[in-house]
Amino acid sequence: MPFLGLVMSTSLLEMKNITKTFPGVKALSNVSFKVEQGEIHCLVGENGAGKSTLMKVLSGVYPHGSYTGEILFNGTVQNFRHIADSEKAGIAIIYQELALVPEMTVYENIVLGHEITKGFRIDWNETIRKADEMLKKVRLDVNPATKVKDLGVGKQQLVEIAKALSRNVKLLILDEPTAALNEDDCDNLLNLMDGLRKEGVTCVLISHKLKEVIRIADKVTVLRDGQTVITLDASLGEVSEGILIKHMVGREIEDIYPKRKHERSEDVVMEVSGWYAEDPKTQRMVLRDINFNLKKGEIVGFAGLMGSGRTELARSIFGNPDGYRLKGEIKVKGSRKQLRSPKDAIRSGIAYASEDRKGNGLVLIQDVKQNITLANLQEIAERGVVDKNAEVKIANEYKTALNIKTPTVEQIVVNLSGGNQQKVSVAKWLFVKPDVLILDEPTRGIDVGAKYEIYTLMNKLVEKGMSIIMISSELPEVLGMSDRVYVVSSGRLAGELPIAEANQERIMQMATSC
Amino acid sequence: MTVNDLRKVLKQNIREYGMYIALFIIMAIFTATTDGVFISSRNITNLMNQTGYIAVLAVGMTLVIIIRHIDLSVGFLAGFLGAIAAIAMVSWGLNVYLTLSLTLALGILAGIATAFLVAQMGIPSFVATLAGWLIYRGALLLVTRKTGTIIIDNAFFNAIGNDYVPDLLGKLPILPEVHKLTLLLGLLTVIWFNISAVKTRRSKQAYNFEVVPMDMFVLKQLFVSAILLCITWILAGYNGLSWTLIIVLVVVGIYHFVASQTVLGRHIYAVGGNPEAAELSGISVKKITYVVFASMGLLSALSGILFASRLQSATTTAGTLFELDAIAAAYIGGVSAAGGVGKIASSLIGALVYMSLTNGMNLMQIDMSLQYIVRGAVLAIAVIFDVTTRRGGK
Repeated sequence: MPFLGLVMSTSLLEMKNITKTFPGVKALSNVSFKVEQGEIHCLVGENGAGKSTLMKVLSGVYPHGSYTGEILFNGTVQNFRHIADSEKAGIAIIYQELALVPEMTVYENIVLGHEITKGFRIDWNETIRKADEMLKKVRLDVNPATKVKDLGVGKQQLVEIAKALSRNVKLLILDEPTAALNEDDCDNLLNLMDGLRKEGVTCVLISHKLKEVIRIADKVTVLRDGQTVITLDASLGEVSEGILIKHMVGREIEDIYPKRKHERSEDVVMEVSGWYAEDPKTQRMVLRDINFNLKKGEIVGFAGLMGSGRTELARSIFGNPDGYRLKGEIKVKGSRKQLRSPKDAIRSGIAYASEDRKGNGLVLIQDVKQNITLANLQEIAERGVVDKNAEVKIANEYKTALNIKTPTVEQIVVNLSGGNQQKVSVAKWLFVKPDVLILDEPTRGIDVGAKYEIYTLMNKLVEKGMSIIMISSELPEVLGMSDRVYVVSSGRLAGELPIAEANQERIMQMATSC
Repeated sequence: MTVNDLRKVLKQNIREYGMYIALFIIMAIFTATTDGVFISSRNITNLMNQTGYIAVLAVGMTLVIIIRHIDLSVGFLAGFLGAIAAIAMVSWGLNVYLTLSLTLALGILAGIATAFLVAQMGIPSFVATLAGWLIYRGALLLVTRKTGTIIIDNAFFNAIGNDYVPDLLGKLPILPEVHKLTLLLGLLTVIWFNISAVKTRRSKQAYNFEVVPMDMFVLKQLFVSAILLCITWILAGYNGLSWTLIIVLVVVGIYHFVASQTVLGRHIYAVGGNPEAAELSGISVKKITYVVFASMGLLSALSGILFASRLQSATTTAGTLFELDAIAAAYIGGVSAAGGVGKIASSLIGALVYMSLTNGMNLMQIDMSLQYIVRGAVLAIAVIFDVTTRRGGK
């Protein structure tokens, strides 16, 4: 078998005909992916194209047997069952969420799990020497005794790379490493990758930022809808922004977006100007000079890559529960507002259905009716006492209106499907009767049928005069539903497009511009 | 058909009824092992009075645990405030009503201080209230250092923990040896319980909501009524309702109402169930934390008053381990450490289960060492039962 492998391929990694299905969804379909020794190979594609799933198959997060297809690494067929197996073989994945222990020092983190021992005791001198050596390799000039929490995100990332290198890694996979970095740190990281390439380290880089892909890649593989579209070779001049975007979004947009009558008025419902936000924990500016407005009865799409600051923008407007330091002005229906808490925002007529339904949108252990009424209990209460019959009645009205599929409104929300949970979340905010409804990724993780119902509902709401801000990472959805599109990139507004002028290529260009 | 329905209802609500069944079994066992002494009017009355000062703490603790916190300081806070009440009356010569108001107000203040540390400063409640445990213990020793045990001679104050509602109907020529006012109150409660159940049912039907079938409804009403009448009869056979029991019932009644029927209650459960979602729904998690800890402080003061009154004195060790008894009672009552789940009435039952064990084993003259082991085992079993039924029943 090993002999066969050697004959068949000289590549470091070859993934052949990988198919991975989840209940109801084919996440990967016959994907092939080949990485040669010593190259930087970029993997690009829209959100949900299957990049992360592919890497999880490779690393053993999805164990051998849960997918079909074959993985050849270093000339041999590999059947990874755990992450530990792939690590042992020499594959290291560095995720966006770093796997470091903040309270430990740099050198402790570098050897974590592979401590250097002398007898039963840890050999600290050798540990520090080794750590120093690795830090030099990644060109990080810090005292190895520094605690990781005292380093910036960029430096933490370098520590993680040093950790991987200390284990004689053969293939280094970086999953969106620059998403959380500022420009200097980005630059630094790309230079480092260049340097590692010269030392013979093979890298796979997953990135949304096409500019950096073009700058660094030897080869680029494009995934779309769980399939390999094409692999391009930079040395043959095949890689350009235009070509990449074309392959990334190349699908035909099916008509899954219900039409609505466009009767937008010119009344501005909400206006945000000169909006800045700084995260006090990391001292990072998460939003810079944002100016936008929202008119009565329109749907405004906020497009951008994950981590570009769209959710931060929504939350900072919605009473700022994260405690950012804010600067700027919000006007709701012409009057200036100081929104100090979500409660203030709700009172001013703003509602925010959060991106992470399970994490911070719904109280999963409570039932449908309790979730629907939670944000506006006063409405069905008299002198502080909740009228439970009125509550059931209202919940049933929303159940019918939104077609929430649940046997009764007494069903606990955790038992509902994703689409129905989303409807409960929307129902909750409709019950607040807002003027402005912010929907953060309203259709993430729900099936096409439920999506259509959500879209139809959005149309009904704007026809009744509500205004909707829709944050979405799915470009077809943004284009299909919005009256106007704002593009956010790295915490800035990269531009505004009337729907007539918006297309996927232009949005992608703007989203990757900053 | 009815048997099947009954089985279904039982199965669906096994978690809720489990505790009642456990209480029933424990009581039956003790009744058997003590030749009926346990279930005697005198002992049940005694049990209720013993449970009082733990039950009020368990009620407050349930809310604290629901919002994912803990309060270890309540025992010595109760002891300390009991001592303050004693000193106020004995040394300062304060009138008893003022003393009670002052003690309760101090309790609320102490609760607010805890909430300040937890909600404002972000200190984990375990640590903040462990500090409180030490501080109040020290404070209790400090104020009783010179005098040691302080004897309270105020009749009104001592009545709270020791006396009974006088039998205003005692002169009626029927049923000698029975506390007739208690009987009457019990009957009125049963009538009120049934009327309100019928009313709720009617208003649900008016909304065209589903209600349990008529036979099931009647069965449930009859069952609960019978139990209530039973308890009433047992209590009426001795001295009737004690003031302690009345206070506990009023506290449980109010807290049950607030937790299950009001906006405030809903907000408390939402904060416990998912604080992030609650905050984004316009609920101030901070405010809820203040309210819950302040209520805990208030109930600690009440517990301190009940205990001091029962002993007719303030001692240097009053309140020792009350907090752990209250926490155990709340957990036996089915509150979830993960937050957002728990019922006030259940924590009262939890307190009764816990105190029944103590009371029953004392009657059986079982050694203290064994008593602790049995109590620990029951706590573990109760939580195991709770966790497994929750997993199965979803």
